[in-house]
Amino acid sequence: MAEVLVLIDHVAGQVKKPTYELLTLAAKLGEPSAVYIGGADGAAGAAEAVKGYGAEKVYVIDDAQIKGYLVAPKAEALAQLAGTASPAAILLPSSAENKEVAARLAIKLDSGLITDAVDLDESGVATQSVFAGNFTVKGKVTKGTPIITVKPNSAAPVEKAGAAAVTPFEVTISDAAKTAQIVASQPRKASGRPELTEAAIVVSGGRGTGGDFSAVEGLADALGAAVGASRAAVDSGWMPHTFQVGQTGKTVSPQLYVANGISGAIQHRAGMQTSKTIVAVNKDEEAPIFELVDFGVVGDLHTVLPAVTDAVKAAKG
Amino acid sequence: MNIVVLVKYVPDATADRQFEDDFTVDRVNVDGLLSELDEYAVEQSLQIKEKRDGEEITVTALTVGPQAAEAAVRKALQMGADKGVHVVDDAIAGSDSIATSLVLAKAIEKLGPVDLVVGGLASTDAGMSVVPAMLAERLGLPQVTLASVVETQGDQIRIKRDGDVATEVIGGTLPLVLSVTDQSGEARYPSFKGIMAAKKKPLETWSLADLGVDAGQVGLGAAYTAVEETAARPPRTAGEIVTDEDGSGAKALAEFLASKKFI
Repeated sequence: MAEVLVLIDHVAGQVKKPTYELLTLAAKLGEPSAVYIGGADGAAGAAEAVKGYGAEKVYVIDDAQIKGYLVAPKAEALAQLAGTASPAAILLPSSAENKEVAARLAIKLDSGLITDAVDLDESGVATQSVFAGNFTVKGKVTKGTPIITVKPNSAAPVEKAGAAAVTPFEVTISDAAKTAQIVASQPRKASGRPELTEAAIVVSGGRGTGGDFSAVEGLADALGAAVGASRAAVDSGWMPHTFQVGQTGKTVSPQLYVANGISGAIQHRAGMQTSKTIVAVNKDEEAPIFELVDFGVVGDLHTVLPAVTDAVKAAKG
Repeated sequence: MNIVVLVKYVPDATADRQFEDDFTVDRVNVDGLLSELDEYAVEQSLQIKEKRDGEEITVTALTVGPQAAEAAVRKALQMGADKGVHVVDDAIAGSDSIATSLVLAKAIEKLGPVDLVVGGLASTDAGMSVVPAMLAERLGLPQVTLASVVETQGDQIRIKRDGDVATEVIGGTLPLVLSVTDQSGEARYPSFKGIMAAKKKPLETWSLADLGVDAGQVGLGAAYTAVEETAARPPRTAGEIVTDEDGSGAKALAEFLASKKFI
């Protein structure tokens, strides 16, 4: 059975959940091989982690010549690996950087590319959610090695023992690829909350918060949820852009999305309308967000949310 | 210095967007306009020109698209771009990102030595965010992408990028491909003077033959992916809406969350 390469999503060897989801999807198409691009010290831990999700091989690519630069060296490394492994497909977790890696890789390998898949079946047909979540599209790559970036929460990770045979892979990075240099990097502060795109529950705030996110954060913490924000809240400087849900921010598809003081413009809907259950709290009963909700409260979020938070805490004991 | 800004004509995101029978995006029956996110690319291109006062800088707006796509170039000219190029050819219809990047690369090569290619965060229709990277690969150029802050000096560029796990400062040397986000700064509205001046600015129309691109390399038939079906998502039906009175809203919401096993 042909290999299916899965790029491991990790921070210093700590493997993130979307990797397991991709390994689970990869097993539908062939034999999953995980690809670790990182420092030598994190390789063993990453290999151990993916072993539990069916990775038969773990390619280890040292990132000494990769990490200080943007996108291009990673694409070169994957292209060289693909040249050796002749995979049936290459799966990458959908992120801003990985989509660009995939884009360069598609040109290098003369192969088709599908981005932001939300599902993948045995025949390689990928499902995407398009036009602000108003349509689903099913399609497949018809030329070259299918390169597919997959969004978080696209599959339930299935635990399965794999051989996880560690295979070091040497790459040669060209000087041309090392021209966009990372001059400085400020890692984001850990919030202690789940990652926005991976969270099962997202609690968001918008203009209606008036800049005070304490009620939104309080409910998020009681529910173990991630915090999100509308563009209005970000543009007002109340929350950093990395919290933005919508067309020009993150697209989320959690089990539960709670929109607070968010009117529900098309740009916001684009980022959340595939959520399984949607709840909204808004003072304005005419707010378009109420057209989408499973449950809505017309009321002031600053009084409603703390009371709900108390109820959640009481229920959880 | 030559700056090329990539502009795309897209169906209005607030309109009722549809697919054609061959699963391509309906670009005829839905009103189109310059993709909102490309306005930021035009804005940053103009700001670079303005900040480097005294240098000879030409900003060229480039689009690939059907007849109506000329409107996207016109808008860029009204905002302040110096000239426009519209690549239009019936054979291009249905092109995927791979073919689009090919046509753009050939058009940029035809424009002569280019120092900076500027694009937006994504188109508001397909929204893949891959064309700048593909173009950089085809042109053999570095990419500094998804910039929220852009600074140039001489042949050096520095950008700030809010990455997935870190905020980064990226440095590069021109020529290169740059993309900017909607955080990079509000795009200007065309002034009356700008609208009048745009009427006299050069706008060239090129065909595939002008670029030396074979029609068989582009269009739906040459696509590297095939769509098998499209389906409108069933509209969400509005659920229960309650009005809060003295805490009744919170109580009802907590009960709803409990009924769905979230608490």
